[in-house]
Amino acid sequence: MVAWLGAIGAATRSSLVGLGSFARFFGLMLARSGAALRRPGLVVQQVHYIGNFSLVIILVSGMFVGFVLGLQGYYTLQRYGSEEALGLLVALSLVRELGPVVTALLFAGRAGTSLTAEIGLMKAGEQLAAMEVMAVDPVRRVLVPRFWAGIIAMPLLAALFSMVGILGGWGVGVLMIGVDEGAFWSQMQNGVDFVDDILNGVIKSVVFGVAVTLIALYQGYSARPTPEGVSRATTRTVVLGSLTVLGLDFLLTALMFS
Amino acid sequence: MSRDKVDVWVGLFVVLGAIALVFLALKAANLGTFSMGSTYSLTARFDNIGGLKVRAPIKSAGVVVGRVSAIGFDDQMYQGIVTLDIQSQYVFPTDSSAKILTSGLLGEQYIGLEPGGEEENFADGNTIRYTQSAVVLENLISQFLYGKAAEGASAPASN
Repeated sequence: MVAWLGAIGAATRSSLVGLGSFARFFGLMLARSGAALRRPGLVVQQVHYIGNFSLVIILVSGMFVGFVLGLQGYYTLQRYGSEEALGLLVALSLVRELGPVVTALLFAGRAGTSLTAEIGLMKAGEQLAAMEVMAVDPVRRVLVPRFWAGIIAMPLLAALFSMVGILGGWGVGVLMIGVDEGAFWSQMQNGVDFVDDILNGVIKSVVFGVAVTLIALYQGYSARPTPEGVSRATTRTVVLGSLTVLGLDFLLTALMFS
Repeated sequence: MSRDKVDVWVGLFVVLGAIALVFLALKAANLGTFSMGSTYSLTARFDNIGGLKVRAPIKSAGVVVGRVSAIGFDDQMYQGIVTLDIQSQYVFPTDSSAKILTSGLLGEQYIGLEPGGEEENFADGNTIRYTQSAVVLENLISQFLYGKAAEGASAPASN
């Protein structure tokens, strides 16, 4: 009984410690962000690494998600004789939910893991320690540029995902199935609101960008400096990042669209 | 890769992302025509607004001339108060009438403006006097059934 209570206490304490050090890490990022703004070249380099290299997977996934939405939406809507609403269905589901969420999940898998592995290996190879010896702050030099690059890249990738998805839905719905083109776009334009739908989608993608990048950097920075530790940290980035994105999405949707 | 090349690729990426946002704003949300030009507002009272929603289009002769900007309720008269934003380049006579119509059988509801014959035109803040409420399908069906029943009852008597 006592051992059981002790186990609960230890689990609570360790999860609180984890949460606390994660929050402190977030504070540290923000506090030392001035350096990144003074050296934009470092951020640009990381945007190239995080954003440009994720473009292909984001664009291809967005297109296929759009294709599937077009097909599935058509088969469902056609039962109710309202296949003109296909454009609205595709655009709303992409801009509000799928764009930010699927992009964030792919982003965690594509960019998050590489960030964690990179920083974990830097730590394991004692490169971060070497920087400190040379009086270079590894947080300012390595972590902060990556943090801001993730925040910049994520909303852009989500917007591209949504655009390509809508074009994919248009390709399947209008070009292949033959839904009326005018109705497709006009229903979409009547039903999608710039502030309520698109701006809220952008806000979501910024929040997801912060969350995923921060988790990836934190896992890399706090990984045990062994091959096994880095591999565990990489796995945790994907698992925790994806779960956080899905949980945050539920919260944000409830706040924004209720 | 050299710094300049990286800058070019990142610039391309950022421009692409910005284009995607503009595409979403203009092509998906129709921001261009929505905010275009100045508008003047009219109010109209309806006994029943049906499923009318804010931002529903206002059409005259089938052409969109404005949008519904607000819907309220008057608890003295028990009527719905609809505020209409009409684009400034379109003017309507003061005896024009507003109807709540439905596009298609199950489509969205919109307001149809039918111009009258008065010399004067509506100014900002005026009220549309002649209105026709939304058709409620249930009322229509019950009227139809009631009419059928009355017909059935009177038919044997006339024979």
